[in-house]
Amino acid sequence: MATSYNGKILRVNLTERSCKVEDLDLNLAKKFVGGRGLGSKILFDEVDPKVDPLSPENKVIIATGPLTGVAVPTGCRYMVITKSPLNNMIACSNSGGVWGAKLKYAGFDLMILEGKADKPCYINIVDDKYEILDASDLWGQETEHVEEVLKGRHEGCSVLNIGPGGEQLSLLAAVMNDAERAAGRSGVGAVLGSKNVKAICCASSRTSVEPADAAALKEVVSKANKLIKENGVAGQGLPKFGTAVLVNILNSVGAYPTRNWQESEFDGAEATSGETMADTVLVKNGYCHRCPIGCARVVKLDGKDRAGAEYETLWSYGASCGVSDLDAINRANWVCNETGIDTISAGCTIAAAMELYQRGYIKDEDCEGVPLVWGSGDAIVKWTERMGKGETKLGKLMAQGSYRLCEHYGVPEFSMSSKKLDLPAYDARAIQGIGVTYATSNRGGCHVRGYTIAPEIAGIPEKLEMTSIENKHTWSIIFQNLTAVIDSSGMCLFTSFALSADVYAEMLNAATGTSYDVNGVLEAGERIYNLERLFNQKAGMKPEDDSLPKRLLEEPITGGPAKGSLSRLPEMLPEYYKARGWENAFPTAVTLERLGL
Amino acid sequence: MEVRLFATLRENRGKAVRVDWHEGINGLAVMESLGILPSAVAIYLINGRNANPDAALSESDIVSLFPPVGGG
Repeated sequence: MATSYNGKILRVNLTERSCKVEDLDLNLAKKFVGGRGLGSKILFDEVDPKVDPLSPENKVIIATGPLTGVAVPTGCRYMVITKSPLNNMIACSNSGGVWGAKLKYAGFDLMILEGKADKPCYINIVDDKYEILDASDLWGQETEHVEEVLKGRHEGCSVLNIGPGGEQLSLLAAVMNDAERAAGRSGVGAVLGSKNVKAICCASSRTSVEPADAAALKEVVSKANKLIKENGVAGQGLPKFGTAVLVNILNSVGAYPTRNWQESEFDGAEATSGETMADTVLVKNGYCHRCPIGCARVVKLDGKDRAGAEYETLWSYGASCGVSDLDAINRANWVCNETGIDTISAGCTIAAAMELYQRGYIKDEDCEGVPLVWGSGDAIVKWTERMGKGETKLGKLMAQGSYRLCEHYGVPEFSMSSKKLDLPAYDARAIQGIGVTYATSNRGGCHVRGYTIAPEIAGIPEKLEMTSIENKHTWSIIFQNLTAVIDSSGMCLFTSFALSADVYAEMLNAATGTSYDVNGVLEAGERIYNLERLFNQKAGMKPEDDSLPKRLLEEPITGGPAKGSLSRLPEMLPEYYKARGWENAFPTAVTLERLGL
Repeated sequence: MEVRLFATLRENRGKAVRVDWHEGINGLAVMESLGILPSAVAIYLINGRNANPDAALSESDIVSLFPPVGGG
């Protein structure tokens, strides 16, 4: 019977410079869906959770989902699963573009990279042919150049690569693909760097993946496309303004963290908003493979069309650093792409450094000619270059992220992170549900592990009062579980503004031949979430790691509509654990048995 | 009173408009005066806080209107 799983794994042993193809256990694949879920299962089974993340014993799993490459809206995504060097917990970073679909077209569901190459290398895949090649001439080069060289060398390939950030083991390092797409968070690029893997090229003569039931797929895809097109967010707001449309709304409700979360309103919001981008620098929308939404922004920079900043980046380099210079933010975003570092954590690290400078921990002489003053467009661009390229003593320290930077000065509380991963652009003192979601995220401070902003701000699927804690733990769990499945499927999370769990179940069933219903989809997500948590437990995570920065728990918002607010995490967390079937932050034996773990 | 508009609601209206206040005016009346259908407004704020468009407004209130928005 046809299925959208290829049933093949490409295992690359870098130490031995060998590759082999293995069969994928399809029953296991269906239990964990694919992508994030299946990759986490393989990591759990094959890697000692106590391993040093930057040692040869860690593995990198690059996994597609069963809908990657399939003719469904946004069916293009891949995930990088490994043990994070940032926080020693499980990492799963997710990216669009076309590279993931090319891996699927080439005949593989996922790759496992193990060991360590003795010198810089890259992997070239063309359908069922694969080889490990020398990358000495590419090492040290920035991502755009590397992509250009490799595309010239290997016709028709899509390129995944790391920049200088990953080579130098920056804990901000991303895995980049297709010029500007990024599996950005948790330092996954550093793990590839530690293995001396510069790039993976992928080409295929195929352009589609055969589903189990083509007629059923066509029917559900037609329904899904209609729902997306008619949806106010996915069909109108995101195409017209991109994710940046959120800048003004979060600022208007007073939940837009400013100057490293010392304030929650930014007077430069309008100047750095989606509306201003659309009126000034926007050239056109950018689209990932098979995407009908087109949320990406293409902007003019130095006369060239470049990837523009997304909402999170407009915030991390904008409000968080007090910068209202849109050109500087887009430039810093570009430097992140070129050097291969995460735009959220890079901006947040500069914001933390600016607070350390404000408070006198970082001195003028440490700044080597680029003072870390709030609002400086020059500072955000130049310090990004220094972090990305490992330049200057302070730049090298900042390349290890805000937590280690602040810890170095004896004040880790100024790192606005959870599990050492910098928090994104929503103030959890004003918006309660996102706080419990940040704190319980298995990879650390993250919004896309359960985007409760949808109900709390946008009113999707229903309006929740953002200041209330009532049932927020339940919403958080449902969003976390459903997100785990969407990630694992290979589709983009943004489709969830328009699609509900039953539509994802129908697409998975038509593509793979499974028979999920809504409960089955959510249970698969719950299984994946619990498995990730189990990995973290074995890796040494402590219950107190489910936390928020002290500032969010003890320093009320100083002004604006949410003045006086604090996160009520301590009240939500026990309810969350109870509803999850966890004790002291970890799954009970009964929960594990129920989920077949 | 001040009404702030965002995203597509700015088209042909601008970023902010003044609406004459009178006793009993509410959000629905404000929308009507601007030619905005209530169904086009996904987020309705009074002074930065979620509110019911049925509720009467004060002269000093700032109303913010957003169409459906989302991202991440």
